[in-house]
Amino acid sequence: MAIASGGGHWLQLQQLRDAFTEHDVTYLSVDAGLAVQVPEGKFHRIKDATREEPLDLLRCAYQVLRLIIRIRPEIVLSTGAAPGLFGLIFGKLFGATTIWIDSVANVEKLSLSGRLVRPFADLRLTQWEHLACEAGLRYAGSVL
Amino acid sequence: MIFVTVGSQIPFDRLVQCIDEWAGCQTPPHDALLAQIGASERPPAHIEWTRRLSSAEYLERVASSRAVIAHAGMGTILTAIDLRKPILVMPRIGCMGETRNDHQIATARHLQQIVGLSVAWDESELRNWLGRLDEITIPSSRSDSIQNLTSYIQNFINRAA
Repeated sequence: MAIASGGGHWLQLQQLRDAFTEHDVTYLSVDAGLAVQVPEGKFHRIKDATREEPLDLLRCAYQVLRLIIRIRPEIVLSTGAAPGLFGLIFGKLFGATTIWIDSVANVEKLSLSGRLVRPFADLRLTQWEHLACEAGLRYAGSVL
Repeated sequence: MIFVTVGSQIPFDRLVQCIDEWAGCQTPPHDALLAQIGASERPPAHIEWTRRLSSAEYLERVASSRAVIAHAGMGTILTAIDLRKPILVMPRIGCMGETRNDHQIATARHLQQIVGLSVAWDESELRNWLGRLDEITIPSSRSDSIQNLTSYIQNFINRAA
């Protein structure tokens, strides 16, 4: 399962798709118009959410939880932001291997989601070499 | 056409108004401009505008434009790099309520250094750039870096699956 919110998060997920398209992938994002970019029936729209709107966060978390229970992915991967954090938390609880790729937009410090996701991520990547200085955070390249 | 885009979540009237005023002062016809103004509060008077394009229309506009002028949003910058389009960005500033934090300034500064991104740091620099649109650069891309990241993730997945 590959999760990204809109804009740059989704674009980075698409740029990295060679890493996982050989597998059976279900995509979660916030804009129904993105469904045409992935194989038919493999896209689920979820509520967009930011920390300013707690109610939307709850709705988003609930939708992600239901999809994880239904699909039971072996791998959950996200380029951010909040929906991906939920995906990795619930994915981990249901036994998936979890991968967080922090957005290349986070140049000076890791995103809030990228910090909160730490206990739930089996692999946590930053796209900036100078940020990969804490334990459990790696740099392996970037979409730039 | 010059395509102007500022994302959809928070207004960015400083950029939209600056370009609109510039367009209003041009007497000989200039390049056609289309602005996707998102949540910006004051619609432009001198240029064509729209609130929000679908992602397909958006890609088509970027692809058919001569240059893109935008906020320093990573989605827009990555799209321009992908489509080999000249792009100029003006970062949103956190303390002016234009974004939740000042990440666009850091993004613009780093990308200016590593991929040669064209940046207008304020309205006066933006006006200056508008007079020399041909000098806006196409940011360079480093395909080895994305390949490294892709194969690292791929290997990790294949070991786990």
